[in-house]
Amino acid sequence: MTQILLQTVLSGVLIGLVYALVAVGLTLIFGVMDIVNFAHGEFLMLGMYASFWGWALWKLDPLFTLPFTALGLFAVGALLYRLVIRRIIDAPMLSQVFTTFGLMILFRGLAQYLWSPDFRSVEHTVVDGKVAFGGLSFGLPQVTAAAGAVVTTGAVWWFLRFTRLGAALEATAADREAAALMGIDGQKMFALAWGIGAACAGVAGALLSSTYPIFPDVGASFILVAFVLVALGGFGSVTGAFWAGILVGVVEVVGGFLWDPAYKMVLVLSLYLLVVWLRPQGLLGKA
Amino acid sequence: MSRRAGTAALLAALLLAALFPLAVARPAWQNTAILMLMAAQLGVAWNILGGYAGQVSLGHAAFFGTGAYVSSLLSMRLGLSPWLGMLAGALVASAFAVVVGWPCFRLKGHYFAMATIAVVEIVQAVVNGWERLGGAVGLYLPLAETGFGGFVFNRSKLPYYYIALALLVLTLAVNWLVARSRTGYYLRAIKDEPDAARSLGVSLTRYKLQAIALSAALAAMGGTLYAQKELFIDPGSTLSTSLSIKMSLVAILGGVGTLFGPVIGAAVLTAVEEGSRVIFGGTGRGTDLVVYGLLIVLFAVYQPAGIMGWITGRWLGPRAERPEEEP
Repeated sequence: MTQILLQTVLSGVLIGLVYALVAVGLTLIFGVMDIVNFAHGEFLMLGMYASFWGWALWKLDPLFTLPFTALGLFAVGALLYRLVIRRIIDAPMLSQVFTTFGLMILFRGLAQYLWSPDFRSVEHTVVDGKVAFGGLSFGLPQVTAAAGAVVTTGAVWWFLRFTRLGAALEATAADREAAALMGIDGQKMFALAWGIGAACAGVAGALLSSTYPIFPDVGASFILVAFVLVALGGFGSVTGAFWAGILVGVVEVVGGFLWDPAYKMVLVLSLYLLVVWLRPQGLLGKA
Repeated sequence: MSRRAGTAALLAALLLAALFPLAVARPAWQNTAILMLMAAQLGVAWNILGGYAGQVSLGHAAFFGTGAYVSSLLSMRLGLSPWLGMLAGALVASAFAVVVGWPCFRLKGHYFAMATIAVVEIVQAVVNGWERLGGAVGLYLPLAETGFGGFVFNRSKLPYYYIALALLVLTLAVNWLVARSRTGYYLRAIKDEPDAARSLGVSLTRYKLQAIALSAALAAMGGTLYAQKELFIDPGSTLSTSLSIKMSLVAILGGVGTLFGPVIGAAVLTAVEEGSRVIFGGTGRGTDLVVYGLLIVLFAVYQPAGIMGWITGRWLGPRAERPEEEP
């Protein structure tokens, strides 16, 4: 029994780490400019398709194309900021919500138009098979995805914490006007936040591309979880999103195992409602 | 526009709406018109909470679905008339809205909006897994009694048109009464200056709860109408986030916090949706989604006050322009 429980908990941690990477981008954008990006799941979808086409056209493994996927999504995010988001920074919340919501529909429509609604999958990847230790066994693609997610999340955390550019980004998040007075170009910082945010989701998509079906609406199942993580971890907090990812991954998998997999989202969302009600700033957020 | 001219325009619009299906007999056009009326009714219902009180709910499908499920289950299991079921659904949805609203109203802005998404997703997941409520398969309503008493019409869609029109007029009337009432002034105060309203002794939660109860009851009535028209309901079609968002979209497209904004928004949105489906769709290639998405983005970015805001800005001078925007 302990063996099974341990296996389940660790499976939850593995998927939770990838959830966290999706949420890191979302929380970064929210923290820097107070905008909830409903189209964030679509960055993940684009990352998945980038991996798929690299594999389908040139037989390149998603792990090899991952750096290019990340760069490509960074460009998409930054460009999206320049073209659209820049215009709604000071708009009422409702326009912000509907702008990113409209982008979500637009991206899904474009993906369906360009690549059809069919389910795609990447097969015969370099990383395959299982790892076993102490009676536990995990799929190697899942372990790789989790490891890649941890590395990427760690890189973002390090960037924000220990580089000048990261500090400038954090300063803009803390106080836009004061940062501007210090000579920090807010527009550049916002574009940077969108670029990094999109790249994080794109990397998560690349990491998941060998184990998940790829289709235009795939972002829908991840955006909800990402929202939950952002709220649980405290809006804008990267470390908060990380720990919340692990928590939600475990709750989801263990809950689905003990109760009914159909209800796992009920558990996750109830946890979310309970936390925002009792602690609106999030589990790890500052009051 | 003077008050008299306004009343005349209103009566003319109502007369036009009443005569429309007699002039246009094509069932496809009539069906589109019914969809417009239903979308308008939901947008106006949403507007009471989202527009006047400024509480952006993205979970209103939970109330719509409650109305659809309560009336359908009562008529299938107990043989209750769907008309009574409509009232029962409205009551249950109101009660549910108060239960949900009470904790959620502690949250503001994005937090509130995201909590309401969580609510509708939870309800959808629960109904999906609940066999006695039809589960993921949904409920097929029996075709037992056709006619007005049974609320089922299968020879012509015309009665649904008039019922939808009547429901829209009722919802508009409620909205109008609320906007003019003391509660309406409090709601706008809560939206614009929550702290000032609180310091003057306005109980924010009490008036927000009144708004959500009323808004939910009207959305639930729309749900019953949908169930009786389609004679089939399932969680995906009646309890989804995308339906919730559509209700609010109708309002924002037309003009949030205005009486007729959602009606205009519903007309435009339904026309675009059906139009792009007819022109580009049918191949499943998603072109309709592209047009739909693009339209939303363009409006949200360039005309956040909606079509009503554009009209008032253009015809009534720059003073009325973009009432939503902060200086």
